[in-house]
Amino acid sequence: MNLEVVIFGVMFVVALGCSLAMLFAPNAVHVALFLVGAQMALALAFLLQGAFFVAAIQIIVYAGAIMVLFLFVIMLLGIDLRESLIEPLTGQRGVALGLGAVLAVGLVFVGVQGADLAAGGGDGAAALTELNQGPGNVKALARALFSRYLLPFEVTSILLVVAMVGVMVLARRISAVENDRRAGVPAAEEEAA
Amino acid sequence: MSVAPGFYLVLAGLMFAIGVVGVLVRRNAIVIFMFVELMLNAVNLIFVTFARQQGTVDGQVLVFFVLVVAAAEVVVGLGIISLIFRYRVSSNVDEINLLKR
Repeated sequence: MNLEVVIFGVMFVVALGCSLAMLFAPNAVHVALFLVGAQMALALAFLLQGAFFVAAIQIIVYAGAIMVLFLFVIMLLGIDLRESLIEPLTGQRGVALGLGAVLAVGLVFVGVQGADLAAGGGDGAAALTELNQGPGNVKALARALFSRYLLPFEVTSILLVVAMVGVMVLARRISAVENDRRAGVPAAEEEAA
Repeated sequence: MSVAPGFYLVLAGLMFAIGVVGVLVRRNAIVIFMFVELMLNAVNLIFVTFARQQGTVDGQVLVFFVLVVAAAEVVVGLGIISLIFRYRVSSNVDEINLLKR
């Protein structure tokens, strides 16, 4: 029994099990924890495929930073833990499950077919292993990121700044005085002057 | 003998489908966001799988961009959710119907 196949099997079961558990967990905190489990399993999948740096980033940024932010907001809002079972559209849940099953079958079919199609282009796995051993995974990534992908890289910095400013505007609490000033009501000291 | 890429693609497809169903079925806005994250993760797996198949790191670079977009999306989305929660005291998407009035 090949070790890689065993690790893949464990990863497959954990990732799929955690995703399914997310669907049926009623508590938002449990959903977040199962998502962390699925992300850990995916990090293992990245390691198996020679994407070492991406696997580290997956755990540090996704399972670390982003999920902590999620849990922080859940705790901050004290989310009502019970899931609402009222359906504004009758049968919406059943239809969603059915269509989801159709989508799953379609994607699995495309996955199997697509793997066969793309496999015709030579042995990519060996080339990537060589790349990981030659300049190293991080160096190869940096070379691609700061040469061919420099423009998208700069654009993402703009995206981050816009997101940051947007959140600050959203989260700002307007004081009563400021609200009056915006509505055109003159403040008391302005009248005196 | 390593695991064929097709298996990874099948796993990614299943996880993406679960994410879609979760977005459609769940009612809590934060939980819906988590399923969107699940879908982004599935797409990341596809990127890494094809990167190995092609023998380049281009797919892995794209994972970075997906990560940045996910982070920005989460920050703005959670900001909006907490703002709605401040006024409506609920994160149930069925009760957020101000535009309907």
